Amino acid sequence: MSTIGYDSWAVDLAEVGPVYPFQGYEILMVALGVIFWIGWHRAQFVRESQHLEKAKRMGDTEKINALLEKY
Amino acid sequence: MDGNLNALTTVFTEFYYWVTVVFMFLIHVGFCMYEVGASRHRNHMHTLMKNIMIIPLVTVTFFFFGWWIYWSFPNFPFFGGLNHEAASANLPWSQNMAPNLSDRITGVFWAAFLLFSWTAASIVSGAVIERIRSSALWVHAVMIGSVFWIIDAAWGWHAEGWMVKYLGYHDAYASGVIHAIAGGYALGVIMVLGPRIGKFAADGTPRDIPPHNPWMLTIGIFLIYSGFWGFYAACNIPAISPEGIGGLLTGETWTATNIYLAPTSLSAITFNFLMSMSGGLMAAYLVSKGDAFWTFSGGLAGIITASAGNDLYHPIQAMLVGAVGVVIVYKLHHWVERTFKLDDAVGAVAVHGYSGVVGLIIAGFLLWGAPSSPYEGFATVNPVGQTLGAVIMFGVLGWLPGYVISRIQAAAGVLRIPVEVELQGLDYAEHHAYEDAKAAIIEADKAALMGSSKVPAE
Repeated sequence: MSTIGYDSWAVDLAEVGPVYPFQGYEILMVALGVIFWIGWHRAQFVRESQHLEKAKRMGDTEKINALLEKY
Repeated sequence: MDGNLNALTTVFTEFYYWVTVVFMFLIHVGFCMYEVGASRHRNHMHTLMKNIMIIPLVTVTFFFFGWWIYWSFPNFPFFGGLNHEAASANLPWSQNMAPNLSDRITGVFWAAFLLFSWTAASIVSGAVIERIRSSALWVHAVMIGSVFWIIDAAWGWHAEGWMVKYLGYHDAYASGVIHAIAGGYALGVIMVLGPRIGKFAADGTPRDIPPHNPWMLTIGIFLIYSGFWGFYAACNIPAISPEGIGGLLTGETWTATNIYLAPTSLSAITFNFLMSMSGGLMAAYLVSKGDAFWTFSGGLAGIITASAGNDLYHPIQAMLVGAVGVVIVYKLHHWVERTFKLDDAVGAVAVHGYSGVVGLIIAGFLLWGAPSSPYEGFATVNPVGQTLGAVIMFGVLGWLPGYVISRIQAAAGVLRIPVEVELQGLDYAEHHAYEDAKAAIIEADKAALMGSSKVPAE
């Protein structure tokens, strides 16, 4: 039994279509992919919020003023 | 070339490999830029020369014996000995290894493999910057580029290689064949070489040595991506008839094949190259908490992890495999760095070595039961074969020779530069004339400035 549906390549390619593992589960795979994508955005939003919160307390007024003068 | 169709196929194949080779040159350009961007000002020229001279040294040795090894070693030493018949046509004095109108393929096919050889050597080069002697690195470059990687190619990449036949080893775009071996070799070298001065604090805490030029690093990694895309195409045979591969496929449909002569398409690998890169970039961004360089390298690690099975994965599988691989290799890199105090300057062992190993093992599960080759009697892809393959690539042909040769070099006192030279910088030590000339010119400028009469009027 092969995950790609073929145990041998001794076949006529004219009759071969998909060759990826777990054919028939495409919708599930897309669902997993979308969960990964949406999950990425969520994790990134959370991380960035934490980072910005931390960063806004790091600044030294004198240094910030000096930076503003630079440009 | 008898017949117009054969002529057209031959010329197309010749041109196809030539184009992939030119694209793959970008990998080396990228490695040079990445290494120079990552090194400090005082080591630029040394870093650049160290990587540039890999090109001629690996090229000539690959011509002299590397290519012969590929054709003679698929079943050497335990499974039938040397293949003298195939090898004789690829000896450096064979008439095929020269301009010859009856053989238009050997040169471009040789070059495609040669560019893989440069890459294997360059991966090692990145890990050891700023402290290895050029002479020592160049010996390593020849050994991995023209001996060890091409043995692993013969065993695990040749259509009749014993690993393919008996283990069901499947590594279509070289998770193990290039990357695991080079990462393993780099690990062997850095274990003997030791870290750069200042890499670890007195209590053993690793310090980040920041790159001097983030732009060069960024362009470098994207050039590596571009070349890697060409590399994927170079791993295919572009157009072949069932008769052309000994009737292993039936019917009359022509196809592109992977390196094992199993059918695939450029369309398949284009999907999967880009999706695995994307999965790697996304996962690396999260796991590294937005570290720019780990994120960029994560795209590469994602592709490398998925490469073993990227001829057969569904694109979403490729994306997820790339993402999973990156998380594992990122964690593993930092664990190894903290635990064993190893300085892998550009993360080469992780991005190439650990990714390659993880990618091979995952492919064993995802492609379980798939034919590794169209040849009859070959084992099918399976987790045990892939794991053994990973051990052979990373450990036996990569780590072991890297470690042993480095120990010999260290015992002979020719592996590492002296501490005094490391502190003042390799460029001053090896290019002091340039530094002296620069200093003299600066002095002259200052003298002119002091004596205002000598300053040209506007």
